[in-house]
Amino acid sequence: MDDSRVVRKVAGRIIQDFGFTCREAENGLKAVELCQIEMPDVIVLDWNMPVMSGIEFLEKLRQMENGASPKVVMCTMESDTDHIRRAVEAGANEYIVKPFDREVFRTKFMLMGVLEY
Amino acid sequence: MVLTQDKAYMLDSRLSPVARKWGFESLSAMTQSLRGVPNKNMISDIVEAMSTHETSFFRDIGPFYVLRDTLLPYLIKNTARDTKKLRVWCNACSSGQEPYSVAMILKEQAAQMPGWSFEILATDISHEVLELAKDGIYTQTEVQRGVPVQYLLKYFTHKGDKWQVNADIRSMIKFQNLNLLEPMPSIGPIDLVVCRNILLHFDEQTQTSVMKNIAALMNPQGFFMLGGSDTNEQATQIFREIDAKWKIYALSGSNFS
Repeated sequence: MDDSRVVRKVAGRIIQDFGFTCREAENGLKAVELCQIEMPDVIVLDWNMPVMSGIEFLEKLRQMENGASPKVVMCTMESDTDHIRRAVEAGANEYIVKPFDREVFRTKFMLMGVLEY
Repeated sequence: MVLTQDKAYMLDSRLSPVARKWGFESLSAMTQSLRGVPNKNMISDIVEAMSTHETSFFRDIGPFYVLRDTLLPYLIKNTARDTKKLRVWCNACSSGQEPYSVAMILKEQAAQMPGWSFEILATDISHEVLELAKDGIYTQTEVQRGVPVQYLLKYFTHKGDKWQVNADIRSMIKFQNLNLLEPMPSIGPIDLVVCRNILLHFDEQTQTSVMKNIAALMNPQGFFMLGGSDTNEQATQIFREIDAKWKIYALSGSNFS
């Protein structure tokens, strides 16, 4: 989930290479709609999105039915401790600061237990 | 160090700058000079240039889970010493990510091990990387490739665009220069030896010799860890394999089962 189409495509390609199927959302509200249709196993989430930000979506997600189940990795430009702490307190399982690469994604997915190590 | 023919480019790219620095017209000329009475500082530059420093936090992650869930509980229960001190040796520690990873695991488990203290000895042949390791400062990419976010918040401090390992973790580790091919110093008894992805650079005879020397320094109930890129043929002649997937071994006289 990212308001940048390029980021969605690049991240999506990496994740598909790991064996996942991907759906995309350009803002938090769209992401809520997708989760209501089918709750994903993993969510890669930007912070700064229009309409509904990533952190607002995350707080809403964790209150939804089955909202505790997806592993969430925040993937954002925000690199300071306050943002990271806020994301973890809101329910993020992991955190990636952009720019990212395949190895960072692989490591984080392994740490979350959704990719075999 | 064993290098195959396909490593010729690596040899050239790493050593040509050293040859130029010391005023040699070619790598061959520098090599010739090494056969005489070589300058110690030049030798040091060659060693630094040829040392492989690749490492990452919680590399492969699995071995660290085994350390936390299996090795540590066994060592606490079966290491019968009055000092209640656990001693770990991370050799070929490079820029420090591996010993810091071990330190974080030990720190996390400390509550389950009241009264126990930990001592981590981290050694490397390269003085340069040891200085980096002591500072414990890493880039965003380096911490993202392995550090769980909860550990990042707990054990690191953000400094500009870098992250520094906190002082309480840094203080658990003693960094020391050591060449595995020279006579081992008296650093035993060691409860856990982390020797990951270094022995693969040596020929079989040297691997066996180094592992025998390491085994002699170990607590009889201790453990020995190789890395994913290491082969286990020589290790199984000296140690008893207890985890084939993560290449973890015990001494033959160990009671571990």
